Amino acid sequence: MTQSLSLTQGEKLLTGWGRTCPSSARVVDCSSVEQVQEVIRGAGPRGVLARGLGRSYGDAAQSGGATVLNLQSMDSVAFDATSGTITAGAGASLDAIMRATVPQGAFVPVTPGTRMITVGGAIGADVHGKNHHVDGTFGSHVKSLTLVDGAGGVHELTPAGDTREKFWATVGGMGLTGAITQATFDVIPITSSLISVDTQRVNDLDEVMSKMIAGDDKYRYTVAWIDTVSPSGRGVITSGDHAPFEQLSARQRSEALLFDPKALATAPSIIPGGLLNKLTIRAFNEAWFRKAPKSRTDEMQSIGAFFHPLDGVADWNRIYGPRGFLQYQFVVPDSAGHLIRTALDRLREVGAPSFLTVLKRFGASNPAPLSFPQAGWTLAADVPAGIDGLAAALDELDELIAAAGGRLYLAKDSRQSPQMFAQTYPRLSEWQKVRDELDPQGTFTSDLARRLSI
Amino acid sequence: MNDALGEPQSVLVLGGSSEIALATVNALPRRRLRRIVLAARPSAARDLAVTTLTAEGISGVTAVDFDARSTESHSVFINEIFDAGDIDIVLLAFGVLGDQEAAEADPALAVEIATTNYTGAVSIGLHVARRLRMQGHGSLVVYSSVAGDRARRSNFIYGSTKAGLDAFAQGLGDALHGTGAHVLVVRPGMVRTKMSAGMPEAPMTTDANVVADIVVKSLRRGKETVYAPGPLRFVMAGLKSMPRSVFRKLPR
Repeated sequence: MTQSLSLTQGEKLLTGWGRTCPSSARVVDCSSVEQVQEVIRGAGPRGVLARGLGRSYGDAAQSGGATVLNLQSMDSVAFDATSGTITAGAGASLDAIMRATVPQGAFVPVTPGTRMITVGGAIGADVHGKNHHVDGTFGSHVKSLTLVDGAGGVHELTPAGDTREKFWATVGGMGLTGAITQATFDVIPITSSLISVDTQRVNDLDEVMSKMIAGDDKYRYTVAWIDTVSPSGRGVITSGDHAPFEQLSARQRSEALLFDPKALATAPSIIPGGLLNKLTIRAFNEAWFRKAPKSRTDEMQSIGAFFHPLDGVADWNRIYGPRGFLQYQFVVPDSAGHLIRTALDRLREVGAPSFLTVLKRFGASNPAPLSFPQAGWTLAADVPAGIDGLAAALDELDELIAAAGGRLYLAKDSRQSPQMFAQTYPRLSEWQKVRDELDPQGTFTSDLARRLSI
Repeated sequence: MNDALGEPQSVLVLGGSSEIALATVNALPRRRLRRIVLAARPSAARDLAVTTLTAEGISGVTAVDFDARSTESHSVFINEIFDAGDIDIVLLAFGVLGDQEAAEADPALAVEIATTNYTGAVSIGLHVARRLRMQGHGSLVVYSSVAGDRARRSNFIYGSTKAGLDAFAQGLGDALHGTGAHVLVVRPGMVRTKMSAGMPEAPMTTDANVVADIVVKSLRRGKETVYAPGPLRFVMAGLKSMPRSVFRKLPR
């Protein structure tokens, strides 16, 4: 096969949200299961991968030289009020789903910090949100899904019954068991689109953590932002629940189920590498802490403001400049909660204070072998990639986390070692057995899979 | 695959006993390095490098026989290496200085220099580019020379091969721009190595590890052309703009 040295039509340079390590691939738009089957059957030696909205931070949704399936036109959304479920195409975004179903009184079971993700991506990465301690991951709410395997065979998978192993291998399977084309999942019934939010400003990390443990059961949603510049590890805890209609003011009641968020701004496309430096990060952290009220209860916030504040700035990932950034997210069991402070200290020492750092408690894990969440603490810190000494510092943290029984989130990872991954996902071989049944030729692969020898 | 922090997993060295290339391998970050292929004619230097790198804890260091001049073997050669796994960084570092005076007297010797330094590099360079393109990522580092910036009386045969190589590598880099595959052209000045041993030192003569550090830093920054040491850029700009009548009379 002759191939042009230069980029040809249909080929695109792809990166994750962190804008590091690009690779090129042939991107093919598919609008039906038949087309997906056809592309898989005609795959070249570099294989196939489905990509959603490219919000995974590292190299999970790219595959150099491969055929990348874009399923964004498979975006049907149907809400069935009788069963309380939504059936959506894999390419439907949570944003589109919310716009369609919030006015009907149905909210997605789980939303991460952005709603600009697809249903396929939400299942593939088994995403979690502020309600993990109560509701678990997105995958835990999926009733059934359609998967096209490595040979182009179509499967209807359910969490229980004969197909359960394939189902749970696909949940959190990072798109490596096949292409998800559709899924049906539970909704959270709501009577308003507002969230009743309690905010507490807390002066040090220990207090943040003890308050979070104490408050776990009181709210459906809770998360803490941590000031990574201050050695105290002070933070702001925000917790909330869907506000019942009765709690709304007369004015709010008139449009109780309104959902119409807009992007307020777009980050400029060219930003010098040094803009996000220690000074600006310090200023941001200080301001973010100060802007929070010391203590406030029952504030009404919109879905967008509460769950997805960064979606208000389109392409905010550009602020890190040409070298890009990564998000270091790990989970450790409660017994290793001290590693949260260790990680914050270590990042500050190497001069990598984070712009946005989030601490959250996880509930129990689900049956998916590669699903990230497990009971304990999870910390997610955005760090610019160009910092000297970062590789060594993160490798050291990896070791501590692995030794404590923790692990890193594949949807965020762009740098862990294959050994770290294999050690901290002990059910990998169990997962690989199921993957080999669905895709014996290894047609589905990604840069992440190659990097980590998955 | 390079990771987000610029740590490579696999390196192919064409000219695997070249001191500058081996210094570059030594300077590369090693946290994720798991495969190094040293391609060169059999030599003690090549074997020693395998032993040393293995002893330093890198798991997959291998040596393979490679002759830049047997261009008909290049296709199979490169395919075998890439079929075994993606290569993140390729160092195209082979080359001979040759004996200018002897080559002036015997054009067959000049052809040998040209075949190794230029023809061989064009051949293997295109095969590498094809495979980097297929895998959608990777860097090719081409070791050019300031000798190619402007050919000098004392070594114009070598200089002309590097001039050709340099032009080829720049064009290749432009062709691959935006594909995920990337070409870095390095123009070292005089470097203290076996190749230059015994020669009088030119101004700004440097060491292999200095060149190596510049290569590694430039790879991380995604640069396309770099002089080693950096200030040579200005020296060469001056020399290139010098009238020929003056340039010709410069010592050596």
